[in-house]
Amino acid sequence: MSDYIKEDRSADGIDRRGFLKCMAWAGAGVLWTMKDGILQSRALGAQAPMMGDFSFVQLSDSHVGFNKGVYGNVVGTFQLAVARINALPTPPALVLHTGDLTHLSKPQEFDTVAQVMKSIRTGQSFFVPGEHDYFVDNGMQYKDRFGKGTLGAGWHSFDFKGVHFIGLVNVANLSNGKTALGALGTEQLEWLQKDVAPLGSSTPIVVFAHVPLWTIYPEWGWGTDDSAQALGYLKRFGSVTVLNGHIHQILQKVEGNITFHTARSTAFPQPEPGKAESPGPMKNVPAEKVKSMLGLTSVKYVETGSMLAVVDSTLA
Amino acid sequence: MKHLRIGMMLAIVGLTAMTSWSADQPAAPDAPRIKIDNFKFSPKELTVSVGTTVTWVNNDDVPHTATGKGEPPAFDSKALDTDQTYSFKFTKPGTYKYYCKVHTHMTGTVIVK
Repeated sequence: MSDYIKEDRSADGIDRRGFLKCMAWAGAGVLWTMKDGILQSRALGAQAPMMGDFSFVQLSDSHVGFNKGVYGNVVGTFQLAVARINALPTPPALVLHTGDLTHLSKPQEFDTVAQVMKSIRTGQSFFVPGEHDYFVDNGMQYKDRFGKGTLGAGWHSFDFKGVHFIGLVNVANLSNGKTALGALGTEQLEWLQKDVAPLGSSTPIVVFAHVPLWTIYPEWGWGTDDSAQALGYLKRFGSVTVLNGHIHQILQKVEGNITFHTARSTAFPQPEPGKAESPGPMKNVPAEKVKSMLGLTSVKYVETGSMLAVVDSTLA
Repeated sequence: MKHLRIGMMLAIVGLTAMTSWSADQPAAPDAPRIKIDNFKFSPKELTVSVGTTVTWVNNDDVPHTATGKGEPPAFDSKALDTDQTYSFKFTKPGTYKYYCKVHTHMTGTVIVK
């Protein structure tokens, strides 16, 4: 294997082989596996965590207020997801909720979400809004209750044990009818560029946003209009993990150094892209199957090698 | 005085609710209806004469809106949950494009002649 870059389709100075080689070097003592085209990692001897190691959990699409058919107890399934978190041997350092906390942005729906989130045993919870938290009042209540101290429509960033977390909002421009997809908008993109500018390229990045930041199925609005520009700012980083919700099912993709992952909902599943007449709560699901289609996502960060291992589990 | 003020506030709230939430106003029997089914407005394009009241009805399991494109929108149903309706009287001729604020790939047009 030569040390020269042979394939550099994204013109970022790193080809896939070079990336793997580099990561294999950086991640000594780490088990790398390739499953379904997704690079997955597991630390050897993971039982003895390193100083900087930590885990966090992603919850998504709780849709509190929704109540139809077999999905008649969305608060119950949300609480079940929380019970799963609280049963973890080591509490997660953080919890990220990737939006659609509520179904119709009603005050009592936000109240319930706040109560359920408060019952999680974790260090701190962070949020981004989904379109259901936003379209009724342009995100006023959301920002007041869950977006304190955030910028614009609710975007923000923070550092935790060497990892840079970025919460993006791609549902605000959705409501102005200018695009059929999610959008970040100029103001947020400018902020993002400035936010990551001082960071070294070896800083692990975790981006979380409601609507997927890659185009999954534009016919159903499952994508973000200006995501390419945002991802362009992140290309130079060695490890970027993008966590999204919105589509209520797991999909993964790796593009260069960027791993995309969408989470299950805690409320109801949606059909696979194009496999039904429309998106929305999946029809004809037997009641006993519902919990196997809902879930949460755990992410383990291992400082050595700056790796993140993403593990999904259902509520069944 | 305090009671009176509260009474007035309630009256204002009530009025606002009535004007923005015309769901309960009975439409004429032959009034055109636009159904929302499976994330689609149907008919997608509707032509009516000036003075016609058009009613949207949401038959889906999830909320939708019928919101005029443009700022400010010519009409806005706000959130329509399952089985809720919204009516709007078109008093000026023109082509009114509208969309759903929750699912912006859903679009429709009302042409008023």
